[in-house]
Amino acid sequence: MNPVLNMAIAVLVAALLIVGAVFSLLAAIGILRFPDLYTRMHAASKAGTIGSGLLLLAAGVHSLDAAILIRALAGFFFFVLTAPISAHLLAKAAHQAGYKLTKLSVVDQLPQKEEPRRR
Amino acid sequence: MMELSIIWSILIAQIMLGLAMAFAFFRMVRGPRAQDRILGLDTLYINAMLMLLTFGIRTANTLYFESALIVALIGFVSSIAFGKFLMRGEIIE
Repeated sequence: MNPVLNMAIAVLVAALLIVGAVFSLLAAIGILRFPDLYTRMHAASKAGTIGSGLLLLAAGVHSLDAAILIRALAGFFFFVLTAPISAHLLAKAAHQAGYKLTKLSVVDQLPQKEEPRRR
Repeated sequence: MMELSIIWSILIAQIMLGLAMAFAFFRMVRGPRAQDRILGLDTLYINAMLMLLTFGIRTANTLYFESALIVALIGFVSSIAFGKFLMRGEIIE
């Protein structure tokens, strides 16, 4: 293969790996340092999704195989679809259980004690 | 030259992902309430999946890639089940 193209692909994969790992590390630092569940979940669901998407893209580009690349893109799509669902469900469960917001937050527009829904 | 850049970036990425796994594990062990522990578990399995991806790039083996996708799927289902259990007290109504 053309050595210039090969070099460009290697640099692209290296950059995607580093940036994706940095985003994942920032998400984990947010989980470690933020004061309550809602802010932690905000860090995990946004930065975690973009970090895992970039690393999946790096794996797909490095394989130089269309099938692997399409599967990596499908995995990224799956992450974008599912990370908000689990974060929303967990935040709803926490709010129903009476998990207080941190003192730094300004307003909570959802009523605190929500009646559990009947079937 | 090009292989060298990929090898070093994989090493740096693995160190960062290991740190991220350690932070998530700390939150899972320490977390004040059950929701925090579930959030830590969620982040822990996502980072473990990314670690599997970097192993797959290093060894040029596509088996790691398939297993990473399966780990992502099962982890999503498990965190949904945990969330429903915390909300309703039962998983299948």
